[in-house]
Amino acid sequence: MAFETGRSDKREYKLPLPKMIGPAVEFYGFCKQHELRFQRCVECGTWRHIPRDMCAHCGSFKTEWAKSSGRGTLFSWTTIAQPMLPQFAPLVPYAAVIVELEEGPRMVTWLVDVPPDKLELGIPLEVAFDDVTPEVTLPKFRRRSP
Amino acid sequence: MNPLKDKSCIVGVGESAFTRGSGKTELQLMLDASVAALADAGLKPHDIDGIVGPPIGAPAEHFAANLGIENLRYAASVHMGGASPVVALQSAAMAVACGIAKTVLVPCGWNGYSSMRVSQPRGGSGNAGGPLAGTIGSYYLPYGAVAPVQWYSWLATRHMKMYGTPFETMGTLAVASRKHAHLNPNAFMRDRPLTMDDYLKARWVSYPFRLFDCCLETDAAGAVIVTSPERARDLRKPPVYISGIAEGHPYPADDIPSRPDPFVIGLTFAAPEAFRMAEVTPADIDFAEIYDCFSYVVLLQIEAMGFCKRGEVKDFVTRDRVELGGTMPVNTHGGLHSEAHVWGINHIVEGTRQLRRECGERQVKDAEVGVVTGWGDFGDGGLAILRR
Repeated sequence: MAFETGRSDKREYKLPLPKMIGPAVEFYGFCKQHELRFQRCVECGTWRHIPRDMCAHCGSFKTEWAKSSGRGTLFSWTTIAQPMLPQFAPLVPYAAVIVELEEGPRMVTWLVDVPPDKLELGIPLEVAFDDVTPEVTLPKFRRRSP
Repeated sequence: MNPLKDKSCIVGVGESAFTRGSGKTELQLMLDASVAALADAGLKPHDIDGIVGPPIGAPAEHFAANLGIENLRYAASVHMGGASPVVALQSAAMAVACGIAKTVLVPCGWNGYSSMRVSQPRGGSGNAGGPLAGTIGSYYLPYGAVAPVQWYSWLATRHMKMYGTPFETMGTLAVASRKHAHLNPNAFMRDRPLTMDDYLKARWVSYPFRLFDCCLETDAAGAVIVTSPERARDLRKPPVYISGIAEGHPYPADDIPSRPDPFVIGLTFAAPEAFRMAEVTPADIDFAEIYDCFSYVVLLQIEAMGFCKRGEVKDFVTRDRVELGGTMPVNTHGGLHSEAHVWGINHIVEGTRQLRRECGERQVKDAEVGVVTGWGDFGDGGLAILRR
């Protein structure tokens, strides 16, 4: 289950790693430093994720990587019983969830300490970084006090 | 009046055999369907001068070369996953209405069981390509969310929890599709019963979807031929008019979590356009062939089309509405759930046959106007309003 994968064995990590293409390099680069940062428009201050070239709100190309509080709530989830990639077969059932950060962005992630049968909308969460390999850190989330 | 309204019509429909193990290439399957559609229309291959090709399998050039179409005046393709066939119909309607082509072939199909079974992937990084590949590869893949049944579950879970939709609403659709399939000799599940109890006891695939919330995996193709009303007069079968048609895309189309409102889907934008074009309202619709890759996707589309208000689909989807004999039967052929997974081109084929009143035991009585939807990628949509 996902909450059992919160501290991965680095030598044995068999799951697919994120494709480091374009701004994903920067996003995961900050994660490696245990910082959750999202793009924020320098002109109008609108946060966004996934990363883009332009601010869809005001049209600006000027972007900064702003640090998130890492605090959010559970927006939705699916609990996967049948793996669609063989690498995930040992983990079922695991929940792939969507977390909504306080600043607005939403992202796909895993929860490290909430089993799939305890999920409900709005659970308060905070980021928990998992250094899955020496090169790659995945942002995951754990329950926090409201 | 909208310049596309009733300016084109479907005059031929056809399909390949529906199997698990076709022993054919995808092009061969689609050529089988195309030849059947030509025969249905009473047309020869050289009568075709336009092709809106499928998103995968073969380009228009290969259809033209095999069928002997020497002068192909219009070739296009639509890349909207399961919305592609309905949106291809829009492209065909535009080409015919503008005089760019006189008669357009729309084929679609695949070896969805024997070649690229979604539930039995061979590793790698999942199935999606095109505009979604970057999002999935960089942001979903590390968390094992790589298949449609998982992505659409995010929408279903939130909607279900917010509006209290019971599993039985999803099951009502699954059971209705199966009952309809029993009246369809072409349906893959024509001999396999399904009860609500079977539905509720089935294994989980990806919560909130159990096995019978999911479409079939089959080798199958279909084809549709579109021409002008003038030309249709000389053909074998009565024309079925494309009265309203539109496409729509959720925003942003390439990422599900970041949508301001996750239940604003492609059809939310397409439906008002198509109904306005056809000059009808949801109350006028006699039957609905709704893209049913997964049960809850049908529920989201019913709300997005305005058949009921948001959150009320649990009260709208009842046996006495969606089953044959009900007030608006849904997926009268069995759909992707119980007929075959043909990317929804089988929904266009069925809608056409219903309006020609060729459907025998599963005929919707006095069918005058029906809707056909497509859903693909992360919620792209197409809506065709067809009338006899």
